[in-house]
Amino acid sequence: MSASIAREAPRAAVKRIDWSPYLVGVGIGVLSWAAFAIAKDPLGITGPLSSAAAPVAAYLFGPEAVENNAYWREHPFAWNYGVLFLVGLIAGAFVSSLLAGTFRFEIVPQFWRARFGGSAVKRFFAAFFGGAALMYGARLAGGCTSGHGISGTLQLAVSSWVFLIVVFASALIASRLMFGPGSRGGRG
Amino acid sequence: MSASLALPLIMGFIFGFLLNRGRVTDCNVIEGQFRLSDFTMVKVMLPAMIVGGLGVLALTRMGEAHYYIKDANLLGVALGAALFGVALVFYGYCPGTGLAAVGAGSLHALVGVFGMLAGAILYAFSYGWIKAHILNVWAYGKIRLPEITGVPDLVWFGAVGIIAVALFIWVERRSVGA
Repeated sequence: MSASIAREAPRAAVKRIDWSPYLVGVGIGVLSWAAFAIAKDPLGITGPLSSAAAPVAAYLFGPEAVENNAYWREHPFAWNYGVLFLVGLIAGAFVSSLLAGTFRFEIVPQFWRARFGGSAVKRFFAAFFGGAALMYGARLAGGCTSGHGISGTLQLAVSSWVFLIVVFASALIASRLMFGPGSRGGRG
Repeated sequence: MSASLALPLIMGFIFGFLLNRGRVTDCNVIEGQFRLSDFTMVKVMLPAMIVGGLGVLALTRMGEAHYYIKDANLLGVALGAALFGVALVFYGYCPGTGLAAVGAGSLHALVGVFGMLAGAILYAFSYGWIKAHILNVWAYGKIRLPEITGVPDLVWFGAVGIIAVALFIWVERRSVGA
């Protein structure tokens, strides 16, 4: 019987919707060892995503808009490590959610619906401009929750600790202003 | 497929898989963190930081890795982070969890990814001015906390560890009592 439990355990882990967040964090920590020692490229998102915006800009505004741009000269687009990492990231979450049975098309999330209603247009509007501001802020700061928040803080970089502390302060205030102090939902 | 192409795909795949199983690809979880009603995001980040940091410290001491420190141009970092925090609450995802959420089926996350591309284009077009007027203010270069304070690396990780454990004990007691 114990043997069958041992056989079932890995399968149960794959089926389990949520793993311990602490263990997921440890896993990301170990992954960053590989990122530093093997890949020689710390985990990060907005650097490669901003270079992937170059072909989009070339399509919308013409190739000279990209060729003459100082930012994209420093961060040219290529199917390099960073961009392929993003492809893998989407695929990993896709496979994980399929295996766990949690994959579902979400248009208006619960937190948004409770405050602003079920309008998809409204939600898409906020997601678009939220995403745009998120990227602008990340590039201005030089990184995001991954590049600064994990890869940078784990190196004890001054820039990254300043980033993380200001992000949390700003988000706590923004959340309170948007959703109010009385909106504290379920605990956990 | 060559190893140089397979490596980033595998690394990204593991990262996306972990983010999904840690439930941080759910925007309600991210929003809950900033309402202080759900501490999942911090429970993922602090262990990643401590375990990752101690390992990378050891790897650099052994000469197997080196640091990639981002410039402390602190006006840009502070302004960018302040904007990032507000945008995070509007969008419900950070860039990595937003991309991963697209993989898990979130359509509004996908709309936000298009927004991120627009934000990147806007940043690239304004980069010349930003570089000349913002990124050179309070610019201290690639500095680390141990070097500017004289406090050794391990003491910093010990302090973060103590704060993390105290926070997690408080959070877990609170959620049991609720």
